[in-house]
Amino acid sequence: MWDNSTVTMLLMGLLETIYMTALSTVVAYLIGLPLGVILVTSEESGIFPLPKVNKILNVIVNIVRSVPFLILLVAVIPFTRLVIGTTIGSTATVVPLVIASAPFIARLVESSIKEVDKGVIEAAVSMGCSPFQIIYKVMIPEAVPSLIIGAAIATTTILSYSAMAGFVGGGGLGDIAIRYGYYRYENAIMIVTVILLVIIVQIAQEIGTKIAKKQDKRK
Amino acid sequence: MDTKKPIIEIKALTKVFTTKEKEVKALENIDLSIDEGDIFGIIGMSGAGKSTLVRCINYLEKPTSGSIIVNGEDLSKLSEQQLRNVRQSMGMVFQQFNLLMQRTAEENITFPLEIAGMNKWDAKKRAKELLEIVGLVDRAGAFPAQLSGGQKQRIAIARALATNPKVLLCDEATSALDPTTTRAILSLLKDINKRLGITIVIITHEMSVIEQICSHVAIIDESGIAEQGIVTEVFLHPKTVAAQRLVYPEGKKNEHFLGSRCCRIVFEGSSSFDPVISRMILECKAQVNILFADMKDIDGKAFGQLVLQLPQDSVASAGIIRYLRSQNLSVEEVMEYVG
Repeated sequence: MWDNSTVTMLLMGLLETIYMTALSTVVAYLIGLPLGVILVTSEESGIFPLPKVNKILNVIVNIVRSVPFLILLVAVIPFTRLVIGTTIGSTATVVPLVIASAPFIARLVESSIKEVDKGVIEAAVSMGCSPFQIIYKVMIPEAVPSLIIGAAIATTTILSYSAMAGFVGGGGLGDIAIRYGYYRYENAIMIVTVILLVIIVQIAQEIGTKIAKKQDKRK
Repeated sequence: MDTKKPIIEIKALTKVFTTKEKEVKALENIDLSIDEGDIFGIIGMSGAGKSTLVRCINYLEKPTSGSIIVNGEDLSKLSEQQLRNVRQSMGMVFQQFNLLMQRTAEENITFPLEIAGMNKWDAKKRAKELLEIVGLVDRAGAFPAQLSGGQKQRIAIARALATNPKVLLCDEATSALDPTTTRAILSLLKDINKRLGITIVIITHEMSVIEQICSHVAIIDESGIAEQGIVTEVFLHPKTVAAQRLVYPEGKKNEHFLGSRCCRIVFEGSSSFDPVISRMILECKAQVNILFADMKDIDGKAFGQLVLQLPQDSVASAGIIRYLRSQNLSVEEVMEYVG
């Protein structure tokens, strides 16, 4: 069974998984990072209080986060078709992945930004910083180590979500594991895909931890 | 002194914090005028409202009522943008330093310059000047985590001075430092005040900080100003209970004294280098007992008071008092010290 076509299939699956995870993470951060920042700054005691906006965003984030990914995957199919034109394949999977992970990332970002010392933000205000300057010159740079740790967590979570997308023909290693391992009882292939997934998670986590450590000037 | 003009005027300032359950009056009806070039100390017990007061001066806290006038401008009438400009003309130093941990010492100093829109090259040059002023040129590339508390505060002071402010606000700037470092930081502040003519407002709970560098002091107690004036004046003749509590932190000095005749000698800066007491003992050939002594060195002169227990013999004690008066000291017999 370990002929060329199987190996090629596994390699293709690996690449698809990396592609889905990377693209989804980037797009999800484009939404989640500003969302997380706004969750902090719009608080009553934040640097730019907008209590109503804060409340609404919190509710939306909580709603999306409480829907199990497998259900969300199916539920957003019409929307995916609208955006991508198809509902199968790895590009189509990016849509539910982004929808599910952006609020998760927003929460990660929120907690990272909240770790920034309030005194430092006060000092920035005392120096005449505008709220926008505080965000991009103080909050984000000061939170970098924690944001990177969060990014590693987000990436590995999106990776495991992407494997679930195999149930609806999403492509990638998860797809292979389900089609061969679950439907055809080819355990060997399933084990290989699991091992590959484990290796990717290990690498992503390791890289994240290393960069975070290097960027952390606090000790 | 009279030619100086006020740079900060606080008029009828009241600040109330409203929480869900209750209202807390942090400051009530504060009137304060701080002249250009002064080192103005604001002292009070913790919880007295002094940190809130200093935050009102640069509008980090918006007053509930009353006005803050800085350099002739009423802060309540300014837009957010104008307020930011005013803040750039006031440096602030904090108890916990509040340096940006992900930036080096030098980058911390250039931070307010970036905010003010200065180009990188000029900002670096200015940072170097400031590092020289605070004596840390060799630590330019260090991150705050690699610096000691005193060094961090020096960088914080350099950062506060970067934009050439007219006023430097210090909120418990030395409270997190050990006594030696505190003295070094205070003499740095005094030096900056002398050299650059910057008005310094110092918030503290330590009398020693006021003694060491302040020219004027305001005592804040239970949300209001209890007493204010020239430091030596307030120290020698504390009128209010709040002031006495600060000047004599060990409690009322007169409660434990025993003995029948006592006299109090007040030193007002004139005879500080003179060993008056030992000469008096030699001259009068009489023994005395020092019951209370509180001497302070302010600006090179000694201020304070001494309470002596006099000999029972009325001739000898009268002689002592006569001798001390002849030395131009203010002496009074104090019967209330008798326990």
